[in-house]
Amino acid sequence: MGTLLSTFELGDHLCAVVAADVQEVLMSQPCTPVPCSSPWVSGLINLRGQVVPTLDLRARMGVRSSDNDGAMSVVVRRGDEVWSLLVDRIGDVIEVDEAQFELPPDTLTGEWRQFIIGAYKLDAKLLLMLDVATLLDLSAELAVAG
Amino acid sequence: MSADELDAEIVQEFLIESHENLDQLDQDLVALEQSPGSRELLGSIFRTIHTIKGTSGFLAFNKLESITHVGENLLAKLRDGVLVMTPEIATALLRLVDQVRGLLASIEHTGSEGEVDVAPLADELRELLEAKLAEAAQPAAAKAVAKAAAVAEAAAVAELAAVAEAAAVAELAAVLEPEAADAPAPVEAAEPPAKAEPAEVDVRSAIGDATIRVDVNLLEQLVRLAGELVLARNQITQRAGNIGDEELSRAAHQLSLVTGELQEGVMRTRMQPVDHIWSKLPRVVRDLSTQLGRTVRLEMEGGDTELDRTLLEAVKDPLTHLVRNAIDHGIEPAAERTAAGKPGTGVLRLRAAHEGGQVLLEVIDDGRGLDGPKLAAKAVEKGLLPASRVETMSSQELQQLVFIPGFSTASKVTNVSGRGVGMDVVRTNVERIGGSIEVESEPGQRTCWRLRIPLTLAIVPALTVESCGQRFALPQISLLELVSLDTERAASGIETVGEAQVLRLRGSLLPLVRLEEALGLQRPAGDDGMAAVVAVLEGNGRRFGLVLDRVLDTEEIVVKPLPRALKDIGLYAGATILGDGAVSLILDVASLSRRQLQGEAHDDLQAANTSRQSGADDERQLLVVSVGAQRRVAVPLEVVTRLEQFPLADIKHVGRRDVVRYRGKILPVVRLADHLSELADSNAEFVPGVVYTSRGRSVALLVEDIVDIVAEGSTVYSDVEDYGLIGSALIQDKVTEMLDVRAAILAADPHYFDDQPEGEITAEQVDDYDADYDSVGAS
Repeated sequence: MGTLLSTFELGDHLCAVVAADVQEVLMSQPCTPVPCSSPWVSGLINLRGQVVPTLDLRARMGVRSSDNDGAMSVVVRRGDEVWSLLVDRIGDVIEVDEAQFELPPDTLTGEWRQFIIGAYKLDAKLLLMLDVATLLDLSAELAVAG
Repeated sequence: MSADELDAEIVQEFLIESHENLDQLDQDLVALEQSPGSRELLGSIFRTIHTIKGTSGFLAFNKLESITHVGENLLAKLRDGVLVMTPEIATALLRLVDQVRGLLASIEHTGSEGEVDVAPLADELRELLEAKLAEAAQPAAAKAVAKAAAVAEAAAVAELAAVAEAAAVAELAAVLEPEAADAPAPVEAAEPPAKAEPAEVDVRSAIGDATIRVDVNLLEQLVRLAGELVLARNQITQRAGNIGDEELSRAAHQLSLVTGELQEGVMRTRMQPVDHIWSKLPRVVRDLSTQLGRTVRLEMEGGDTELDRTLLEAVKDPLTHLVRNAIDHGIEPAAERTAAGKPGTGVLRLRAAHEGGQVLLEVIDDGRGLDGPKLAAKAVEKGLLPASRVETMSSQELQQLVFIPGFSTASKVTNVSGRGVGMDVVRTNVERIGGSIEVESEPGQRTCWRLRIPLTLAIVPALTVESCGQRFALPQISLLELVSLDTERAASGIETVGEAQVLRLRGSLLPLVRLEEALGLQRPAGDDGMAAVVAVLEGNGRRFGLVLDRVLDTEEIVVKPLPRALKDIGLYAGATILGDGAVSLILDVASLSRRQLQGEAHDDLQAANTSRQSGADDERQLLVVSVGAQRRVAVPLEVVTRLEQFPLADIKHVGRRDVVRYRGKILPVVRLADHLSELADSNAEFVPGVVYTSRGRSVALLVEDIVDIVAEGSTVYSDVEDYGLIGSALIQDKVTEMLDVRAAILAADPHYFDDQPEGEITAEQVDDYDADYDSVGAS
C-alpha cells in the first residue's frame, strides 16, 4: 500500500505533503497583510467566511520564485487550524511506495534539513517530503524577526 | 439506548433541574427572612426540597435523600405555620442547600455522592426542629389544629381543590400527631406530597411545552452560521447595488431583511436576563452582612435586562466582587451609620438597563464613599503616581485611582474582599470582554460602580478606517469622538512635546499614536498622508488619539478569532470579513494604548536625539511662554521634555536656589521671571513649568503661562539683546524674546553641564540653537 501525496513546485524543486492533510488547493487569492507579524506570513485570506492565515512557503524555504502573480495555495489542516501555503505551482496527487523513500542526505544542512523529512526517488525527479509542523512553527522565527 | 445510558441521562436531567431549583431556593430562603409568613415562598421551597428528595430516593442517592428528608420535615412545619421562620432556621436551611449542592457537584463529577457525612447536619436540623417544636407545640396544641385547618383552607383555594384537600387532610393528620416528625415520618411525609404531585406536574408541563432544552454548542453553531450569513448578505447587497438590476436588488433587499431578522432571533437565543447572575447575590449579601455585622437591604432593578450568556458569565465574578466590596468597604456598621445621621440599614442597589447598544450595570451603595485625598495619599505612598501629578487631579479622577494595579482601598486585608484581588483585576476582566468600568462617589454618601458591557461579543459595531492604503476595523465601544484634521491643520494641529506627539483638544493635550508608526506600515508612493483623522479612543483607562488617514464606514462586523501564530502579536483583537469579502484586522485598542503610551515620560537621550535628527528637515518649533506680567519668551520645543504643573507650596528655597520635589527627586527650578529680572505676576496655586531632562538630570523653568507652540519659520528676528536672552522676534505679531536656554539652565543648576563630556548631545543641542540663532541674528 502506497501513500498518497499532494505535490507542488517550489522554484525548481518538486515538493509534497501528505494528501490526507490537504483540504483543497486554491488559485491566487486577495490577501490582507498583517503588519508586525512574521515575515513568512503573507497575510489572511477569506476562505468561504473563514479567516485563514497564509504562509509564503517560497519565502520560508528561501526559494526565489519565478513569477509572483501565478502563485497558488495548498490549504492544509493542522490540528484545529487551517493554513494556506503559498507555492509556485500545484502538481498531481501521486501514490508513492515506501521503497522509494530515503532520509535526507547528510550533506543537506541548514534550514532545509529541518524542513525536509526525506525524499522519494521518482523516475524523473526527486520528490521532497516537507515537514509541515516545522514549517508552521513560527515561534523561533518570530523571535529573530522581531 | 442501553439501561446505563438511560440512567446517565436521567441523572443528568436530575442534576440540571436540581441546580436550577437550588438557585431558586437560595433566593426564596433569603426572601423568606424578609417576609416570614409568605405561604407562597414556603410552598415553593417545600416543593423544591421535596422534588430533590423524591428523585434522589428513586435514583438511590441515599445521603441526598436522608438530608433533604430532614429538611423537608422542618419545612413542612414552617409551611403549616407550626413554626415561624427565624434567622436560626434560615441559616440551618441555607446550610442544607449548601450541602445538597455539594452532593450534587460530587454526583456530577464522580457519579457518586462521595465521602461527605451528612449525619451531623441532619442531626442538627432534627434537633433544631424538636427544640422549636417543643417551644411552639406545648401551649398551642389546640391552636395548632385550628391554624392548620385555616391554612389548609387557604391552600385549598389557591391550589387545585381536589388535590389540596387530599394534601390538607394528610397534613392535618401529621400536625395532630407531633411525634410523627420522628421515626415514622419518612412514610408519613412521603405520602401526601406524592398525591400532590399531579398538580405540580400539570403546572410544570404547561411551561415545559413552551420551552425546550437545547445544547449550547448547537446554539453557538447557529450563531456562527448566522454571522456567516450576514457576511454573505453584505457582499450580495453590495454587488447587487453595483449591478443595478432592479429584480436582483429587490431580492437582495428581501434577503437582507430576512437575514437581519434571523440574526436577531438567533442572537436572542443566547440572551439571558441579568437575573440569572443576580439570583446568587441575595445569598452573598446575606451571608456577608451577617458575617460583618452590617444591616444591608438589597434592591434590584432591571433584572429582566438581557445580555449574551458568555458575557453574562464573564461579568459574574466582577459583579460579585463589587457587591462584596460594597458591603465590606462601602456600607458602614449600623452604629457608624446612625452616628453619621444615616438610616441604620444600608441600601445596596443593583441596576441593569439598556443604554445605547450596551448594557449598563450599576452597583450602588449608600456607604462611606471613596475619599479622594486619601486615595491620592495612598497612590503617592505606594509610589504609583508622583505627588505633583496627583495634586492636579480632580476628585473624579482621584476616584479612578482604585483601578490602578497594586491599589487596594482596604488598609488591612480582610478575608472578604481584600484577597489580593483588586479593582484593577475587575477592570481587566471587564475590558477583556470589551466593556468599561468607572466609579462615581460622593464621600460619605454613596458610591456607584458603573459597568458598560456590549450586548454581544460575536457581532460588534465598528468603524472601518484606513491608513497607508490598508483597512482596519476599530470597535466603536472604545471610540469617544473623531477629530478631522484637514491638510492645513494636519501640519499645524499636531504638536510635539519632547518626542511625543500631542493634539490640543479643547484646551487639553491629547497624546497621539500614529497607526502607521504603531504598525510599521509602508506608505504607498504618491500618498502624502497629509489629510488625517484623529480617533479619540479610551483604552486601559487612558485617553489617546489614533491618527489615521481616513474613516471609511461604520459596519456591524463579525469577530473571528485570529490564528494562534498571529494572536501573540497582541495588536489585533481579531479579524473580520468586510462587505466586499476582504479580510480586515480588528485593532486592539487597549493593547495599542498600553504599548504606545508606555513611554509617556521618555527621558531617554537616544530617543530625543533620533527625533531631533528625523525632524531636522522640519521647521523648528518654539514653545511660547509668558513671563511676568506681559513678556513673552520662546524656548525651542526640542529642549522641552515635559510640561508640568507644580504646586506653589512645594517650591522651596534651598540656599540661594529653588527646588521642588518631583517624581521622588529634588528638581532644581528657576523662575524665569526672577532670572529675567521681572516681577512674578501671579500667585496661583499651581505654577506651570517647562522640564528639561537629559541623562537623568532635570531642571524646570517656571513660567506664568504656557501660551502656544509656533513654527519658527514664521518668525522675524531682531538682534535686541538683554540679559538671559539671545534676541527677540516677532511671533504672531507680538514681540517675543528668545531665551538663552543654557544660561537659564545654569541659573537653576550651575553644575548642570559639568559632568557631561564635550560634544554631548544635549549641551550641543542647546549650543546649536544658540549658534543657529547667532547666525540669523548677525545676518
